[in-house]
Amino acid sequence: MENATQHSDPHYDQEASKLGMWLFIFTELLLFGGLFLVYSIYRFLNPEAFRLAGEELNLTIGAINTVILLVSSMTIAMSTSALQKKNKGLTIFLLEVTIMLALIFLINKYFEWGVKFDHGIWPGSQHLINDMSKGEILFFGLYFVMTGLHALHIIVGMIIIIVALNKVQKGTVHADRPSLLENAGLYWHLVDLIWIFLFPLFYLIH
Amino acid sequence: MQTAAQIPQEVSYLDYKGKYKGIFAWIFSTDHKRISLLYLYSMMTMFTIGVLLGLAMKLELIAPGRTIMGPQSYNAVFTVHGVIMIFMIVIPGLPAVFGNFMLPIMIGAKDVAFPKVNLLSWYFYVLGAILVISSVLFGNGIPDTGWTFYAPYSFKTGTNLLPAIFGAFVLGFSSILTGLNFIVTIHRMRAPGMTWFKMPLFPWSLYGTAWIQLLATPVVGITLVLVALERIFGIGVFDPTLGGDPVLYQHLFWIYSHPAVYVMILPAMGAISEIIPTFSQKHIFGYKAIIASTLAIAFVGYFVWGHHMFTSGMSGTAQYTFSLLTFIVAIPSAIKVFNWISTMHKASINPDIPFLWAVTFIFVFMIGGFSGLVLGALATNVYVHDTAFVVAHFHFIVFGGVGFSFFGAIHYWYPKMFGRMYDKAWAKMGWAFFTVGFLTLYSPMFYLGMMGMPRRYYDYLPEFHAANILSSLGSWVMAFGLLIIVINLFRSAKNGAIAPINPWNGKTLEWTVPSPPPVENFDEIPVYGEKDGPYNY
Repeated sequence: MENATQHSDPHYDQEASKLGMWLFIFTELLLFGGLFLVYSIYRFLNPEAFRLAGEELNLTIGAINTVILLVSSMTIAMSTSALQKKNKGLTIFLLEVTIMLALIFLINKYFEWGVKFDHGIWPGSQHLINDMSKGEILFFGLYFVMTGLHALHIIVGMIIIIVALNKVQKGTVHADRPSLLENAGLYWHLVDLIWIFLFPLFYLIH
Repeated sequence: MQTAAQIPQEVSYLDYKGKYKGIFAWIFSTDHKRISLLYLYSMMTMFTIGVLLGLAMKLELIAPGRTIMGPQSYNAVFTVHGVIMIFMIVIPGLPAVFGNFMLPIMIGAKDVAFPKVNLLSWYFYVLGAILVISSVLFGNGIPDTGWTFYAPYSFKTGTNLLPAIFGAFVLGFSSILTGLNFIVTIHRMRAPGMTWFKMPLFPWSLYGTAWIQLLATPVVGITLVLVALERIFGIGVFDPTLGGDPVLYQHLFWIYSHPAVYVMILPAMGAISEIIPTFSQKHIFGYKAIIASTLAIAFVGYFVWGHHMFTSGMSGTAQYTFSLLTFIVAIPSAIKVFNWISTMHKASINPDIPFLWAVTFIFVFMIGGFSGLVLGALATNVYVHDTAFVVAHFHFIVFGGVGFSFFGAIHYWYPKMFGRMYDKAWAKMGWAFFTVGFLTLYSPMFYLGMMGMPRRYYDYLPEFHAANILSSLGSWVMAFGLLIIVINLFRSAKNGAIAPINPWNGKTLEWTVPSPPPVENFDEIPVYGEKDGPYNY
């Protein structure tokens, strides 16, 4: 309580910005929570169709993407440590690696979706509606919505990391004012965490 | 604690000259007080549209058959009225205007925790409003689904619904950011010595509200996204022809939208909890009980959404569980009413304008609350479901609750916000017309609903005519009262008598700073001592 005064004047409160970020992460979790709820209900109602449709997905690409995201979470965590140790060059390098990994994830996703499109599977496609069961329609509907929304979060995360990288370069984010980078890291871990749930739900459960 | 006399006169937030000029000094300002007024003015604009649409509906219903519009227009009017009033007025209402202005001052801070995010949330508010308005102005047909966007009609209707859905989504984002900001502000920026249980009740209510905003809004956000995607691509989740379940939409929608009712009412109750002790000149009765009931409402409010769906098809177990929980959530509200009345007991009450609004709030809120129990009980719910009874209950609670509290709050804090006093005779007249009009407008709907008049129709059977005439007359009286109130407040901002620092002899911190407050609120951050408290009379 005593430190409340010293915080309000320079308008920089590391605890506050971390708290704010955590609260924002709650909202993101609930956003996806709604989707996970919808997924579990329809999985419960159509177990057989969901199992069948799940086999259409490419387990290899999914697994590779999981590894990529896990490694990227590691690199961004390391960049925060590097910043604390005042190693600016290493921080920037690790952030660049993170962005590259995110990009590779998206490229994989692009090819994965592309194969689905080639097979005539996209939301509302004739092949889906005419030739597949209702459970499969729902599976692919949710697949595209959930992985799509996740990909959108990857893109937003990349933008945030680029901003953080820029500020590290300029020197406005440094060991004594690391909030932006830390929050970018928190956000990136969230994006990673959501994928950790998406991967088994769509690719693994049989 | 500092007394008022020690504070040197500084430039007020209204006269402050920053690096931007003219309108930019406002729309680029991160000062919580200016943002509060930005919200106030943008809400008044939207409120005017909402009121005019409401008046148009009441005019249509003054006689059976077509009076001024046909069925399609009527559907569009009640939809846009609902979307504006819910998403742009009552949900942001008290937090965005009075929360923004008063929260930092009441807890002894110079601003909210994230001033830029605060401004951003106003931008989102404006963007959301523009999107909703654009759905009316462009495309083929004004949205006609009702504000609830129920599936499957929301993706079958040919009207221009997408902008309205995205508008509601963006407004939700604005609401989330405000809530986030307030939680962090309350956690991090309370004045030294102001422990949790020395915090005034309005900030407490904002705290409860902020958690609901934060945890419930994302659910409706994703639900609206799903409806939009259903409309654009046909993903199937709510479309029964593709295997989806439209009732699931209702569940997801009400998981947010019922807690949203508490987003509306909690800050309203918070403002009343400030007004009553000030005008009773007494410590509030049951301070901790009011806090506990605030948190209880915020918590139990999550688990009652099913009572909107008693006729939609749910298992019997689900139905009576939701019904029981609905009865339970009424208890904390009753605790608050009890505490307010007890605060007035044996007090030397100063029946000034804000107090009049506060007691009328209690009156209409209780009518709304009791009729809510009628709707929360399974047997009677099935009987009056989707009738004018629901409309009456809803307007007593939401418009009665938020509206009366909002007007109470603006008459209470007006001298602080604008540094001038309004004309009390006119204010009293406005209150009288508004209250009489309000009761005449909505009370007949209870009767109409019990007699079986369904809601959301432009037409009705001839036997409902008399009560509908009365209701429509009431709408004009209420609008007249509203006009008096608004004109009085507008004129007084320029011409009113200069307001003293503490016109009502309040004890909370906002009454220790000049009226209007200087840019930084406090010259020196106040310190709460061992004996200090928000209601020490």
